[in-house]
Amino acid sequence: MKLDLRVGMDVGGTNTDAVVLDANNRILARTKQATTADVRLGMKAALSNVIRSIGPDAHRIGRIMLGTTHATNAILERRSLGRVAAIRLGAPASLSLEPMESWPRDLRDAVCVDTCILRGGHYVDGRRISLLDEDGIRKFLIGVAKNVDAVAITSIFSPTSPEDEVRAHEIVKEVLGSNVAVSLSHEIGSLGLLERENATILNAALFGVVGQVITAMQDVIDGAGLAVEMLLAQNDGTLMALDFAKRFPILTIGSGPANSLRGAAFLSGLSNTIVVDVGGTSTDFGVLVNGYPRESAAAVEIGGVRTNFRMPDLLSVAIGGGTIISGTAEQPIVGPKSVGYRLTSDALVYGGSTPTLSDALVVEGRFELGTHNVQASELTRLKSALRNVNEFIADSIDQVTLGNTHLPLVAVGGAASLIPDDIKGVSQVIYPENGDVANAIGAAIAWVSGHWQGVVQIDNGFNRAVANGRTMACNRAIEAGADPQQVEVIEQIETPLSYLVTPTVRLIIKAAGPLNHL
Amino acid sequence: MAISKEKITEITDDDIEDLAFGCALLGTGGGGSVGGAILETRSAIRKFGSVEVVQLKDLPADGLVMPICGIGAPTISFEMLNNGGEAYLLRQEVERVFNKPVVAIMASEIGGSNGVEPVMWASRLGLPIVDADTMGRAFPEVQMGSFFVRGLPLTPIILVDFQGNVVTITPTSGASAESDSRAFTIAAGGVALMADYINPAATMIGNVIVGSLSTAIEIGRAVRGSTDPMKKLSLLLGAQTLITGKISEIKRRTDAGFVRGSVTISGTGIDADREVRIEIQNENLIATENGRVLASVPDLISVLDTQTGAAISTEEAKYAMRVTAMAWPCDPLWRTAQGLKTVGPRAFGYDIEYVPVENSPR
Repeated sequence: MKLDLRVGMDVGGTNTDAVVLDANNRILARTKQATTADVRLGMKAALSNVIRSIGPDAHRIGRIMLGTTHATNAILERRSLGRVAAIRLGAPASLSLEPMESWPRDLRDAVCVDTCILRGGHYVDGRRISLLDEDGIRKFLIGVAKNVDAVAITSIFSPTSPEDEVRAHEIVKEVLGSNVAVSLSHEIGSLGLLERENATILNAALFGVVGQVITAMQDVIDGAGLAVEMLLAQNDGTLMALDFAKRFPILTIGSGPANSLRGAAFLSGLSNTIVVDVGGTSTDFGVLVNGYPRESAAAVEIGGVRTNFRMPDLLSVAIGGGTIISGTAEQPIVGPKSVGYRLTSDALVYGGSTPTLSDALVVEGRFELGTHNVQASELTRLKSALRNVNEFIADSIDQVTLGNTHLPLVAVGGAASLIPDDIKGVSQVIYPENGDVANAIGAAIAWVSGHWQGVVQIDNGFNRAVANGRTMACNRAIEAGADPQQVEVIEQIETPLSYLVTPTVRLIIKAAGPLNHL
Repeated sequence: MAISKEKITEITDDDIEDLAFGCALLGTGGGGSVGGAILETRSAIRKFGSVEVVQLKDLPADGLVMPICGIGAPTISFEMLNNGGEAYLLRQEVERVFNKPVVAIMASEIGGSNGVEPVMWASRLGLPIVDADTMGRAFPEVQMGSFFVRGLPLTPIILVDFQGNVVTITPTSGASAESDSRAFTIAAGGVALMADYINPAATMIGNVIVGSLSTAIEIGRAVRGSTDPMKKLSLLLGAQTLITGKISEIKRRTDAGFVRGSVTISGTGIDADREVRIEIQNENLIATENGRVLASVPDLISVLDTQTGAAISTEEAKYAMRVTAMAWPCDPLWRTAQGLKTVGPRAFGYDIEYVPVENSPR
């Protein structure tokens, strides 16, 4: 039996989209369903819809690639989060501020079992701050054992000296057994103690959430009578195998926009371009560099908590198809509120009484939508609102391109026609067919990746160490399902570590390849 | 700098965001990010209580005032946070060496994180903080303070690290003070807390920038959340708008811990067709238009987010940000001959004559 079809699915805040692609990346089926409170229903509706469309070919489906906002929503809504014990190693440094002390109270209450700051950790130059307090770690773990779902471990300067985190992990296994999941900060974030610690704790709090998503999707797959392999989309635009996703659930945050960017690249055939994804309530601007989303260097705030793990560099603005227009005809006010999913009842073109940007687009003839004509009295305000939006869009594009003019722009998402076809500083605006399901397509066409990271001295052994790291990254991608013939290193980041006697770099290598044939 | 009319007498948890907003603005592009200092200071006030703010004249004449600042690499201080006990050891050593009690602490530098952190130390020590500093802004070098200009005794200098290591040094010159304290800082892992120019309150009167804390907090109160931040600033500080526009070019390089380069702002709206360039050495130093100087150090030049009025540091500045550059007069102390010799344009290697910002051609 041939297993040459795959399903890409993206569970967003408003819609759950699904597509079926064949081995040549032809789109055989597509659907857009409402996301439901119990996300299972939306996923089920989307999957059964595309299965129905392809009929007897459904048994050819071999893989499902899932992108989801579950992790983000769990943090924003403080729902289904795991209970975490946070260990920081580095006393007597950093005692002035406890782990999670700066978190919003309700989020801390939802996540925190207990925290401690114990001896351990390193200076920037690799010297020890103090001897690791192994007994202290044991005592702390015994105290939290009854209530804890996961443990987060953060050691000072662990991105350059990870050994105390690794040792503390072994002690957790000794004391709590292997069933309690552990999140180590040097695998999650970069320098900046609080931001890295926050990301590490959030990652630990999300183990259960992503586990539940995987189980829910598996239920839906089983319910449809399919026997397929599942992969999860991560926020660099690649896929991760389930065991990796279970260890790094935080990497699913931002996977939606990353999928849109990759989907836009595929649909337009461009790999260096600006992408804009216009939804009902918000619009994301991003930049593709060699086919992958440009990453952000700045700290990212999630649910009121500052973190520093890898994220796509996006400019998100509160403008979308459902954005409400108020103010006068001379000085219209655009947003920031949106009618959201009530577009089909509240917008003027549906006989409602709330002017929206979708109404303005219909009036301008750029959008076909609705059941009613817009009253003549509204025309001036709608048109001048749209002129303001055009200016705003040109401004936003200017900001994400960093002055690099004459790149093309690919507009995707349900309300892509909000983007005018003539923008200063843009060589060409492309509205690809099926752009409204670009995120699901992005998940379906994504490559699968593997990572290796380590600290390497620049001496005679350097080249061998790099070659070894590249092989390790490729092997991990292959283990996760990449085609061994086509896997390649897509990124190699060397960060020099200052103050050390021997010149040393921190090396991160990422390999990726298309999925092998089943 | 315009001296605030209402003097603050107490700093509570609710004031810290305002204080930090003002300190960032007075940092004129430098002074270090205030984000970490906000968290540590608010935490201290919640645990140890709010801080009394005093004027020098209200202190016992021979009581010691301990000026405090953090020294070292900001990137390291983001990883190796304070222990919390550093200032106790500092105070203990000062009292041992001088054999007199410390009656208050003071910020050496109001601009940036060094303006916020002394409030944390004051809270932890249960000491009042003096409503003053020695710069009225941020400057990159230790000697660029009012005490140096007025020739107050600099030594002994006392340094402490998070491990509790304490050193007391009595260097023979400003240059030695810089190199000796740097040597300790490197041994301490890259960050340390320092007290210098420790003097009796009476000796300090007339030799500080008065009202710095009040000014910083007032800036925060007036501008944060305001619908017209630039107008508030011009009323409060006598600040002038140099240009409103977007950042069109950034040249920036880092050497020996210093950020050097320039930021160019292209005007929009009523400033369309204008272009202002700001020269940077950690702080914003000179603003020019077609080679004509609009404002220069020691007057304060800040690049602000046009919408919120929040200060944008030289490290945060990014292409296409919508910004307004503002400039306002420095403390009169910096406009004296000795003041200009220390922190005038020539002290930073610019061969231009200082013209007060209010007299510059518009």
